[in-house]
Amino acid sequence: MISPALLKEFQSLLGKDNVMDSEADRHAYSYDAAVLDAVVPELVLKPTNSEQLGRTVALCNENGLPMTVRGAGTNLSGGTIPTKEHGIVILTNGLNKILEINEQDLYAVVEPGVVTAKFAAEVAKRGLFYPPDPGSQAVSTLGGNVAENAGGLRGLKYGVTKDYVMGVNFWNVEGEYVKSGGKTVKCVTGLNIAQLMVGSEGTLGVYDQIILKLVPPPVASKAMLAEYDDINKASETVAAIIANKIVPCTLEFLDNATIRYVEDFTKAGLPCDAAAILLIEVDGGHQALVDDDAAKVVEICKKNGALQVQMAKDAAEKHKLWEARRNALPALARARPTTVLEDATVPRSQVPAMIKAINDIAEKYKLHIGTFGHAGDGNLHPTILTDRRDKAEFARVEQAIDEIFDVALKLDGTLSGEHGIGIAKAKWLEKETSKATILYSRQLKKAVDPKYLLNPGKIIGG
Amino acid sequence: MSADVHQLAKMLHELDDQLVGCMKCGLCQAVCPVFSETMREGDVARGKIALLENLAHEMISDAQGVQEKLNMCLLCGSCAANCPSGVKVLDIFLKARVIVNTYLGLPAAKKAIFKGLLTRPVVFNSLLDVASKFQGVFTKQASDIIGSSCARINAPIIGQRHFMPLAKKSLRKLEKPRNSRPGKGGYRVAFFPGCLVDKIYPHVGQAVLKALEHHEIGVYMPSGQACCGIPALSSGDKESFDTLVTTNLEIFEKENFDYLLTPCATCTATMHELWPLMSGNRTQTLQERIEAMSKKVMDVTQFMVDVVGIEMPEAGSGTKVTYHDPCHLKKSMGVSAQPRALVRSNARMELIEMAEPDRCCGCGGSFNLEHYNLSKDIGTIKRDHIVASGAAVVATACPACMLQISDMLSQHGDPVAVRHVMEIYAETL
Ligand SMILES: Cc1cc2nc3c(=O)[nH]c(=O)nc-3n(C[C@H](O)[C@H](O)[C@H](O)COP(=O)(O)OP(=O)(O)OC[C@H]3O[C@@H](n4cnc5c(N)ncnc54)[C@H](O)[C@@H]3O)c2cc1C
Ligand code: SF4
Ligand code: SF4
Repeated sequence: MISPALLKEFQSLLGKDNVMDSEADRHAYSYDAAVLDAVVPELVLKPTNSEQLGRTVALCNENGLPMTVRGAGTNLSGGTIPTKEHGIVILTNGLNKILEINEQDLYAVVEPGVVTAKFAAEVAKRGLFYPPDPGSQAVSTLGGNVAENAGGLRGLKYGVTKDYVMGVNFWNVEGEYVKSGGKTVKCVTGLNIAQLMVGSEGTLGVYDQIILKLVPPPVASKAMLAEYDDINKASETVAAIIANKIVPCTLEFLDNATIRYVEDFTKAGLPCDAAAILLIEVDGGHQALVDDDAAKVVEICKKNGALQVQMAKDAAEKHKLWEARRNALPALARARPTTVLEDATVPRSQVPAMIKAINDIAEKYKLHIGTFGHAGDGNLHPTILTDRRDKAEFARVEQAIDEIFDVALKLDGTLSGEHGIGIAKAKWLEKETSKATILYSRQLKKAVDPKYLLNPGKIIGG
Repeated sequence: MSADVHQLAKMLHELDDQLVGCMKCGLCQAVCPVFSETMREGDVARGKIALLENLAHEMISDAQGVQEKLNMCLLCGSCAANCPSGVKVLDIFLKARVIVNTYLGLPAAKKAIFKGLLTRPVVFNSLLDVASKFQGVFTKQASDIIGSSCARINAPIIGQRHFMPLAKKSLRKLEKPRNSRPGKGGYRVAFFPGCLVDKIYPHVGQAVLKALEHHEIGVYMPSGQACCGIPALSSGDKESFDTLVTTNLEIFEKENFDYLLTPCATCTATMHELWPLMSGNRTQTLQERIEAMSKKVMDVTQFMVDVVGIEMPEAGSGTKVTYHDPCHLKKSMGVSAQPRALVRSNARMELIEMAEPDRCCGCGGSFNLEHYNLSKDIGTIKRDHIVASGAAVVATACPACMLQISDMLSQHGDPVAVRHVMEIYAETL
């Protein structure tokens, strides 16, 4: 129990409004976007400046209260579901200032609660570019992006969040300020703690400031859509594009099931018998170069057996080509009450094998699964459409997920390309890595957080 | 858990099929005007849905706490329009308000208004007629361009609002009920001005009538029309809502017509979407009659452009006009091009877009009364966008939005006029 004295202390530190202890408020922070059981926190705290954040962490630590930091709560792996006993949720949306955008040295300093899309828009206003673009960017926070090492559509060419993190300043569990990385392109001062923070899901420290790399934006781009009657041909196309030394900024893929759901939803006239659609976009610093690459890509698509290739002539046409991909999730999500968005990732040459396995699994467990995702980097989103109220069916869903992971690992893939481990996949970690890996991670955790108060149970269990 | 809460939970199970469709993606955070001010999860659709689920599964005992969250909502539908899962958020919220309210009871003041006044149009109207004669005593003119008033004495309900005065003569007093046959226009319509046009903006109603006459459309405008019912429904008072729906139904069923038109986005959405939605314990025949009537409901701007057809001049120039999309027109009805066309139809006007034209103005009916400061913060963002656009006129298609926007502009002393698109169109005739 949180004592009245401690409650008072939090209130005088943060202001009454920023300490939420009513039943309704607490219930509103008991879940995230993962399909998991909710856990109601005992208290929800909202610091509005750096000192308050540090003091909040220190107070939780002194009182032995496990704390879960929450950005927008859009992660898909239970990373913000608080701990069962005396769990505290610490919100970062009161820490949402962009502190600096440096146009000369190409970096920005932000507080963790800044919303990704707002940041990207601010950066774009200054003629610069912050590429990581998770599908949730309209609401996700940069703190959440760093803590999950979020990817996005542009991963193939531009990399993921970790490729843009230059430094992270954070509060350790005792509420002391740790600085890591910096504002210079080169920086080898001390251990590379900034990168250790990336993907740590709130288990190693609480970010206070993040230094992010910015790049010049591409000036030209071109989008194409190719249809295939055989998934292998689509996959060969992907391999051939890369082999030709072209790196598209996006190389997205929809399987037959997804195409049919999208068509059902939009009636846009998609080819329902196509085995796959590839959506390819090339960009660069020069229009002629981009035109050249685009022409080559069209040729490669045709050579590898595309039934049809469309190239967008202008922005409006490009918008239209993208429609099928934009509607993938909305179409799938509407089909059944519960949507389980998975994230198994394989080397790109294994995409056809993975898709085949997913379809076999769907049939075996009598489930509806639509798969779409980032073909360029092998990051697939098999999306299971179900109804979690149907206990029998949901049990089959869980078995199917287990099997999907098994196959992904057999194909030299990984449990999660970008959605994180959280509590949803923690039990699988050892299978992909090794016992020693888990032990090593736990030793690390124990050294910096001996009482296991920083988002306990996430990633490495325990 | 008390037996009572168990009863409430059972009633909420009716919503289960709709609640379960929310995949908790959180994307509604991007568009909710209330959340963007408070940044509290309990105020965004995802949070409210989670609370209702937990209430339905008896995991929460504080029904009142949930009700407070439910009321922190403009019912603007921005969340529903943006939801990847297609969750019918407004349907859920309105039904939930009725259920929770049935359980907790209606606050006494609201009960008096809805049951004693709103449902009895004759009493309600004559009371407001008297009020309009005396309002000058309590208010002073605040803005000449907008024509709003602010409280002369510190009346508690007025507070710091710059509200529009009741018209000296309501539309009902200015225009006789009518029942005309169609001329060359071919169509015959029924006209439902709605409370705000009747009592505050009668000239908007007159502009509509002028346009209909011009196009030789037959008009049935009966007396005795009641409120569309949204204030009662959004407070969870289904009984008063149904009384109002039935009163209107009986009046409009007396004649034949092709469309039932309103110049109020909120009335349009209520009559078209919510009248049939709230079937509840209605008899099947009543429900069928309501459905038949609501199918005829159309926003007057849509009627003018899609059904009648208007003449478009070469690109207009002159007064700069910006258009605000009422939530209930764009997000509930998908109507956004037609009102803009009406602005463009006036060659002396030039349509320019403000930033985020479809961002909610923050009025939200009784939300404005219960959470005025929040409503004002949301409205101020709208005001900033309007002023930044450089327009001399802001046009819209909902008198409730007009009220809110007038209040915001007037408080800042901005020289921007607030007009209904039908006024702008009628000027060309
Ligand atoms: C519709 C949808 C589409 C998505 N698309 C993508 C996609 O394309 N690519 C992708 O990678 N992901 C995607 N995601 C997953 C999710 O949006 C990302 O993981 C995102 O980075 C989470 O950000 P958030 O602000 O919501 O973080 P939260 O969910 O609030 O938190 C995520 C983790 O970060 C930790 N954390 C947050 N702030 C801090 C801090 N200041 N210090 C320490 N730890 C912190 C939390 O404790 C938690 O473990 C998607 C999710 C949805 C619902
Ligand atoms: S956008 Fe829709 S599905 Fe997503 S959380 Fe909000 S209401 Fe639920
Ligand atoms: S209806 Fe409007 S105010 Fe209410 S939850 Fe949805 S977006 Fe927010």
